[in-house]
Amino acid sequence: MKRIKITEAAAKVVAQLQEQHGPLIFHQSGGCCDGSAPMIIPEEDMYLDESDVLLGEVAGINFYMNIDQFEYWKHTHLTVDITEGRGASFSLEIPLGLRFLVHSRLLTEEENTALNKNQNTNS
Amino acid sequence: MSYSKPPFKEKYGNFINGKFVDPIGGQYFENTSPIDNKLIAKYPRSQKEDVEMAVDAANAAKESWGNTPAAERAALLNKVADIIEANLEEFALVETCDNGKAIRETLNADIPLSVDHWRYFAACIRSEEGSATELDQHTLSMNIKEPLGVIGQIIPWNFPLLMLSWKLPPALATGNCVVLKPAEQTPSTATLLMEKIADVFPPGVINIVHGFGPEAGKPLASSSKVDKVAFTGETTTGQLIMQYASKNLNPVTMELGGKSPNIFFNSVMDADDAYLDKAIEGAVLFAFNQGEVCTCPSRLLVQEDIYDAFMERVIARTNAIVQDNPYDVNTMIGAQASNDQYEKIKAYLKIGKDEGAKVLAGGAAKELDGDLANGFYIQPTILEGHNKMRIFQEEIFGPVVCVTKFKDEAEAIEIANDTLYGLGAGVWTRDAHQLYQIPRAIKAGRVWVNCYHAYPAHAPFGGYKKSGFGRENHVMMLNHYRQTKNMLISYDKNKLGFF
Repeated sequence: MKRIKITEAAAKVVAQLQEQHGPLIFHQSGGCCDGSAPMIIPEEDMYLDESDVLLGEVAGINFYMNIDQFEYWKHTHLTVDITEGRGASFSLEIPLGLRFLVHSRLLTEEENTALNKNQNTNS
Repeated sequence: MSYSKPPFKEKYGNFINGKFVDPIGGQYFENTSPIDNKLIAKYPRSQKEDVEMAVDAANAAKESWGNTPAAERAALLNKVADIIEANLEEFALVETCDNGKAIRETLNADIPLSVDHWRYFAACIRSEEGSATELDQHTLSMNIKEPLGVIGQIIPWNFPLLMLSWKLPPALATGNCVVLKPAEQTPSTATLLMEKIADVFPPGVINIVHGFGPEAGKPLASSSKVDKVAFTGETTTGQLIMQYASKNLNPVTMELGGKSPNIFFNSVMDADDAYLDKAIEGAVLFAFNQGEVCTCPSRLLVQEDIYDAFMERVIARTNAIVQDNPYDVNTMIGAQASNDQYEKIKAYLKIGKDEGAKVLAGGAAKELDGDLANGFYIQPTILEGHNKMRIFQEEIFGPVVCVTKFKDEAEAIEIANDTLYGLGAGVWTRDAHQLYQIPRAIKAGRVWVNCYHAYPAHAPFGGYKKSGFGRENHVMMLNHYRQTKNMLISYDKNKLGFF
């Protein structure tokens, strides 16, 4: 049972970027402008620690989110997708004229129990 | 009255060392208008080499510019203001074409405000004084402000010329040279400005480099020849820029958005008067600039005993918003800035509904006819729910407000502060006690009281919490671009007597 998956089209772009740039991660951004969307960046660029929650692996790379943000997201299932568009930010797909985004749905009761049972608060 | 798409050249260059230059690698990207998704022009897809050229030009110019008298620097800032003002309509039209916002806004907000920010910082640098303290009879401590040197600035696409005019004037006024990267969605007004002011500043003082974040933004943010980076954008890129800056032990300022509460206490409905009318408009300001504002009042908090009556009027006012051709002066909201934003907003409308939010107005994309059918339009939307929903916690950056009720002051404050961010907030009340106490209890850098979405120069603007730090639009921004040189002077002829 997983919190996150990726569409085939998005996975292809991940593979293409990985070939070009080496090991990558997704990090969910928040805030202004191009925020509220996942950023794909070189693994070595991002200082990760216990404040970053690993949501799972998609297309062979880890997907992280800040723990504060995760508190508000943990009751939802995410699907990483790709769309055309001229986004800004340091995310590596920008030069391709493409942008990753997430589609979300509520976790089912079964998923919620399995994934969040160790959490103190179930949303 | 309606305008139409302004003329553009086929392609534009970077502005480096006082002139327009082609990107070294010869690559360009196509910039399209969100109004109809058609090509505007090609702009440089700059790489590290282009950024280095601009940074070198800035470094070569910094000594001379830093020693230019404040009176002269201020005069040049005023000249820029005059030039923008004299060409206001042209700037407004290009901005509307590039960003998609209604011409009404660019004519009356973006461009006139830009003019004023240049004038404000010209006045600041001309009128301020340093400080000196006589520590004892023979010892004077004198503080001299010195420029940092070369500033890297990365700005967003929601108010392209205005964000440039928030960032450039304080950096230039303090004697710094700048390399600025406009957002890749909106390179046009920065370019137009350089065309108009090409000869105003000495070469190398202002440099504009276009391109993509990972290719041009990252080399600028991580350059060891840059002395400070100022950024407006989202949190992940903000963190990356701070990490790059940490390698150079460089200072940064960050403006990273918010999820601003707009709080309406029951006294707003004590009378049906001009003030109530203003308050209703204040609640509908979520749709201003298509919701593409860091301080979009995207969480609407309404006291429960006036909720139904108040919301009835807010919904009616929202449904009356004219959404049509952005070039038409009667249009109130235009297009979202790009397709990916448009898709993201639709994804939020969906998860909002999945989480159980009730649609009170809008709730979907807006289909327009003709050329506009290919543009990116979203209906002004009101979603009713509770503050733990994701739509209440994430910046949607669209014309979408999420409304919830509160019982009393304590609950209003609790909901308002239950967010990762702290950039803006609005408080609406006729109660003199609440006017002061509620804003003080809200953890945000700007609290509008009985108003919203005013951004005058001379009122500091910046974030608490994950909204970043630094205070723009105000004289205090000068010190974000300066060092303090302390000269400790002894007028005592006698030795210490230690050796």
